[in-house]
Amino acid sequence: MKPSKPIGLLRASFVLLAKDLLIEWRTRARLNALVFFALSTLLLFSFALGPDTKLLERNAGGYLWLAILFASTLSLGESFRVEQENACLDGLRLAPADARAIFLSKAVGNTLLLVVLGGLLIPVMVAIYGVKVTLGIGSLLATLVLGCMALAAPGTVYAAIASNARARDVLLPLLLFPLIVPALLASAKGMTLVLQGDPMNQLNSWFGLLGGFNLIYWGLGFLLFPRVVED
Amino acid sequence: MGKFFRMALPPIALGLLAWGHYVGLAVAPPDREMGEVQRIMYVHVPAVWVALVALTLNFICSVTYLFKPSWKTDSLAEATAEVGLLFGAVGVLLGAIWGRPTWGVYWTWDPRLTTAAIMLVAYMGYMALRRFVEDPEKRAVWSAVVGIIAAVDLPIIWFSVKWWRSLHQVQSSPRTVDPAMVTPLRISAFAFLAFMILFIIHRYRIALSERQAEVALPDSLPTDSPEARRTAGVA
Repeated sequence: MKPSKPIGLLRASFVLLAKDLLIEWRTRARLNALVFFALSTLLLFSFALGPDTKLLERNAGGYLWLAILFASTLSLGESFRVEQENACLDGLRLAPADARAIFLSKAVGNTLLLVVLGGLLIPVMVAIYGVKVTLGIGSLLATLVLGCMALAAPGTVYAAIASNARARDVLLPLLLFPLIVPALLASAKGMTLVLQGDPMNQLNSWFGLLGGFNLIYWGLGFLLFPRVVED
Repeated sequence: MGKFFRMALPPIALGLLAWGHYVGLAVAPPDREMGEVQRIMYVHVPAVWVALVALTLNFICSVTYLFKPSWKTDSLAEATAEVGLLFGAVGVLLGAIWGRPTWGVYWTWDPRLTTAAIMLVAYMGYMALRRFVEDPEKRAVWSAVVGIIAAVDLPIIWFSVKWWRSLHQVQSSPRTVDPAMVTPLRISAFAFLAFMILFIIHRYRIALSERQAEVALPDSLPTDSPEARRTAGVA
């Protein structure tokens, strides 16, 4: 028998991502729960603040990102809970694949899920807050993808840690929220500019901040993740 | 060396603190614009400096642990994070007290203050992680990872005043501060540094003993598992 070549990092990540997406597609449990959770968050903001249309319209970008952030803690925790059942994570580690592939596949999977969630929330936000997308779909999508990437990278590392710890539901937000502040700030400001127009041309500087944040945390996650899941 | 730290450092630290306070409160002139309120600088600035030093040590311990695991490094990481958090909280609190008469508010969302607040919450999460994980080895690895990730904020705090140029003044240096004010600042800084070393050593000893107790405990307790009984000599 020919000695089989070890599977490459990208291919392994792709296979794992396809596995996660297949599970998600077959059950659709996570996305359904996330959408309804985030939708009710969006609605609750308008109830908590009263029917002040001006206020809601002005802060719509921030509310959208808060809804995505709260939903992301559910989604991130869930992404490792499926691996905890029947010790699936041990199986993944025993497979002749790089542990960094687990990080890449989980982080990309979480990003995709959050982008889909954002894509579903934006029309609702446009309807209930009465905003319009001034800068066009391209900028909107760029803000959404960059922001979701920024939530997913450190979130994946911390979800892997929290899924094994006591009080995991408290621990993930406790670790993640302080870290995410710059990304949340940049995403919310970026989204507000996309919705209300950008006369001072500030959007690119917020994209720069998000890009730098992503570079740092995707890099750190890629380097450190194998140590998190090792036994 | 150990004896020096145990016997000589506490009086040195107390002496430096008293001397720094005397010079800062009685000898140094009041600030031209801020008046007497400015004197809080002699404790506020050293507290934040020392917090950043302790948390940088925590970062170094975290990286070292990932390359060369050792209970000593892990205990030192725990000690530095806790002491850094303590001094950071003191610094932020003193800054808020100073902000009220100077800026008119206790808290503004200035980049320096925001990044410092993020630091405090991030290291509180780090401390919580240490409490929530029972397995000592996993706890050590995970807190090292979280320590490295949290340390990204430290250079941002330091450079925030240069990058954004907002309400908080830029870092003071002997070139920008009057010599009559530099001396008490330096004495106070050394006093805080001495206290930081003292606290870290004390906390490190406790952490190391805890670790030894944790790692040794399962063998010393009576157990029902046959293997453990054989190794413990209980047939």
